[in-house]
Amino acid sequence: MKVLVAVKRVIDYNVKIRVKADHSDVDLTNVKMAMNPFCEIAVEEAVRLKEKGVATEVVAVTIGPKAAQEQLRTALALGADRAIHIQTDERAESLAVAKLLAKVVDEEQPGLVILGKQAIDTDNNQTGQMLAALTNLPQATFASEVVIDGDKVHVTREIDGGLQTIALTLPAIVTTDLRLNEPRYAKLPDIMKAKKKPLDVKTPADYGVEVASKVSLLKVESPAERKGGVKVASVDELIDKLKNEAKVL
Amino acid sequence: MSILVLADLHEGQLAGATAHVVAAAKEMGGDIDVLVAGEGVQAAADAAAKLDGVSKVRVADNAVYAHQLAEPMGALLVALADDYTHVLASAATNGKNVLPRLAALKDVSQISDIIGVDSPDTFKRPIYAGSAIATVKSDDALKVITVRVTGFDAVGAGGSAPIEAVNTVVDNRQSSFVDEDLAQSDRPELGGAKVVISGGRGMGNGENFKLLDGIADKLGAAIGASRAAVDAGFVPNDMQVGQTGKIVAPDLYIAVGISGAIQHLAGMKDSKVIVAINKDDEAPIFQVADYGLVGDLFELLPELESKL
Repeated sequence: MKVLVAVKRVIDYNVKIRVKADHSDVDLTNVKMAMNPFCEIAVEEAVRLKEKGVATEVVAVTIGPKAAQEQLRTALALGADRAIHIQTDERAESLAVAKLLAKVVDEEQPGLVILGKQAIDTDNNQTGQMLAALTNLPQATFASEVVIDGDKVHVTREIDGGLQTIALTLPAIVTTDLRLNEPRYAKLPDIMKAKKKPLDVKTPADYGVEVASKVSLLKVESPAERKGGVKVASVDELIDKLKNEAKVL
Repeated sequence: MSILVLADLHEGQLAGATAHVVAAAKEMGGDIDVLVAGEGVQAAADAAAKLDGVSKVRVADNAVYAHQLAEPMGALLVALADDYTHVLASAATNGKNVLPRLAALKDVSQISDIIGVDSPDTFKRPIYAGSAIATVKSDDALKVITVRVTGFDAVGAGGSAPIEAVNTVVDNRQSSFVDEDLAQSDRPELGGAKVVISGGRGMGNGENFKLLDGIADKLGAAIGASRAAVDAGFVPNDMQVGQTGKIVAPDLYIAVGISGAIQHLAGMKDSKVIVAINKDDEAPIFQVADYGLVGDLFELLPELESKL
């Protein structure tokens, strides 16, 4: 079974972001970039399926600027066999990304597609579900366990009230939640080997997909800052403040 | 303008989130219908009919919609969406799971997690874990939107809208429900509680979370946790507060043994009053806390419980 994994280049999760002075967007100049953490979990799951002998090939795909090839090389270093880069400098939103991924699914015919449940930049949480709808494949979002069982996959999902397990026919689309696995670090020899693994470069036009969206970003602002309060010296003082100053008790 | 709100259900009952989504819909204007889909959901439909501002409740009561699996729910929404200019759901796990399917099948974008309505086509939403607020405008004919419930005060329950059955039945051979493991608790729902007390890695282990129980009982609080505490296996995933967990904005939030990573702050920084209890006086949580108490939680929590 072939497994397709989608990855996204995003701001590193440790970086404190700044809004541009003209409020047009956040400022990403000279900011450390990395693979979206949920995509790392997706790559890890695909590689583990290969190590278990369930998957035969792991293909990583990304949509983004030239620099996004760094994240594909990371995926290759972590154990993906080959990579596809759909190169664009346009701001590709979830729907356009899902349309492009649907074309790749059509071309590659994977048995399973694994994506992160959300990217930590736009926090949209849409692409996997949109891909499932466009390809008419079943979906399991927010996965904390994935078990392949013959021609089905059993997925345990993190939902509001607890956990839910569903069974999907294969091929299927799975999006990862935090507890699915703990991604490994790439080892130096694997990073070297990854440089030689195949990486195809395509464009959205090759797939006949229009990246432009009907949603425009009008303005980006910093949120209202919370000002830090005071330190209290004792439990008694805390209770007194909550009762008489904040009036929440 | 006409708006369809997909109701949130919890074990067959109407969840509190729906009243907040209706409030967001009222800010956009126009008729508001609520769709209740599931199996055996008459009680939820009755509750939805009482929400202020609702014109009509539409009920799709069929076994295929049980557990709100994404494939049949998406197909149902596609079948109904042509009657509407906007389709809304709460940005809880069900809305996140289902709504993007509708958007994709209608070839429109989805606007996720809105916290403000500027006009019927322009919305505010947090990005980068709430480190920035984006204002976005949609020129799509159909607006598909998920709503962050903490951004809108719930509507009241003084209405009496008519209820009508939706007879659309779709086929689903792709996905099936196996089982679920839902937390049983007498405490208020985390998303809607007036007081939340959360524990982090500093709690040390799952057993120690019992130290929060007595305080939660006295305050009528829900109990939450940081990602670190969930990852360490102290408590289940449904207790996680943060960027990718639950977003809460109670009147009082008490963070115990939580350092205050930006991903956690994203889930609670809109709380009215924040209290932090931590032994590390440099912990970032103190930068957002109204009241900070530095010390050993194992001594402070029992004292707090006894003095409340």
